[in-house]
Amino acid sequence: MEKQQNTYAQLAMAMLRTGILGYGGGPSVMPLFRYEAVTRYKWLDDDEFGETLAIANALPGPIATKMAAYLGYKLKKTTGAVFAILLHILPSSIAMIALLSLVSVLSHSKIVAGMIAGVMPVVAVMLGQMAYDFGEKTVKGLGKVFGIAMFVISFLLLETIHLHPAIVILIFLAYGSIHFRLVAKWGKNEKKKKRDEAG
Amino acid sequence: MIWFQLMLGFFIANILGYGGGPSSIPLMYHEIVTHYGWLNDSEFSNMLALGNALPGPIATKIAAFVGYGAGGWTGLLAAFAGTILPSAVALIVLLKVLHKYRQSPVVKGMSLLVQPVITIMMVVLTWQMAKSSFSQIGIWQSLGIAAVAFWAMHIRKIHPALVICAAFLYGGIVLQHIV
Repeated sequence: MEKQQNTYAQLAMAMLRTGILGYGGGPSVMPLFRYEAVTRYKWLDDDEFGETLAIANALPGPIATKMAAYLGYKLKKTTGAVFAILLHILPSSIAMIALLSLVSVLSHSKIVAGMIAGVMPVVAVMLGQMAYDFGEKTVKGLGKVFGIAMFVISFLLLETIHLHPAIVILIFLAYGSIHFRLVAKWGKNEKKKKRDEAG
Repeated sequence: MIWFQLMLGFFIANILGYGGGPSSIPLMYHEIVTHYGWLNDSEFSNMLALGNALPGPIATKIAAFVGYGAGGWTGLLAAFAGTILPSAVALIVLLKVLHKYRQSPVVKGMSLLVQPVITIMMVVLTWQMAKSSFSQIGIWQSLGIAAVAFWAMHIRKIHPALVICAAFLYGGIVLQHIV
């Protein structure tokens, strides 16, 4: 039955479903993407999906629109990519604009002011949780000592010297590109030293 | 020229975020609130709350909200273009090349070393929101709501969208008398 549907209809259904059912931003929606693309419509196999996701993660920028672009392009070239991205982001964007208009109409109301104030601490908790998640990833990847050193350096550059965040990130990206080479070199030297000491 | 600023602002914020939309939130805050002043702290918080209560990718929801608010439909398109196009085009064009470098230590090192910067920006943003909240509804109301929200989301595992709705409800009923 589903095979008889044309590709655009399938693409539309998959993108609308992932756009409407996914909570928590792009990264948490990837399992839903996998389900639609691999399990339901069999556009690609599990390996190809995993590979593409890994490549998409190596690039910066939002992940959901990157994957939507890839799937659309794979099926119907550029038109497909544009089609897939638009359908994926349309429902939530329209809802966002509708809510914006609603809030600005009601902005003089005390009740709306109270609602906005009430949600602020919740947003702080969510941001704090995200900060914790990113911090955990840092410490896992870099180790405790080096990770904390990187936190301190980021903090100094961002908050005391007040460098533009873009510049701070570019500095860290530049170092990141040679990080693993340095680690490998350092590891070799350590081993050599130990061998020399033993020998 | 607002459309150009929107496109540039969203381009910078998203092209520097590794790890999807959420990692770009503090960068977007820098462009939206600190740099261009399209929103203030409380509007930004409100937008994040609405964005988190709705499904779908967060980066494009923020782009829609700010782009439309600051520049109408042209602004919306400009913000979308800055957010989506560079990375989507890059993925399609570079797919074959990147395939080779997917496991490269250079790429891995870069996406790892962005994390500490994002962490600190996220911590600063959290503190910023907490401070705004303290000055708006006082420290005890803020901490009380934060504690209940933390308990609900992390201990009771209640869906964040429900927690946000509950906070809106509480604010509309109780906090309207003190703001």
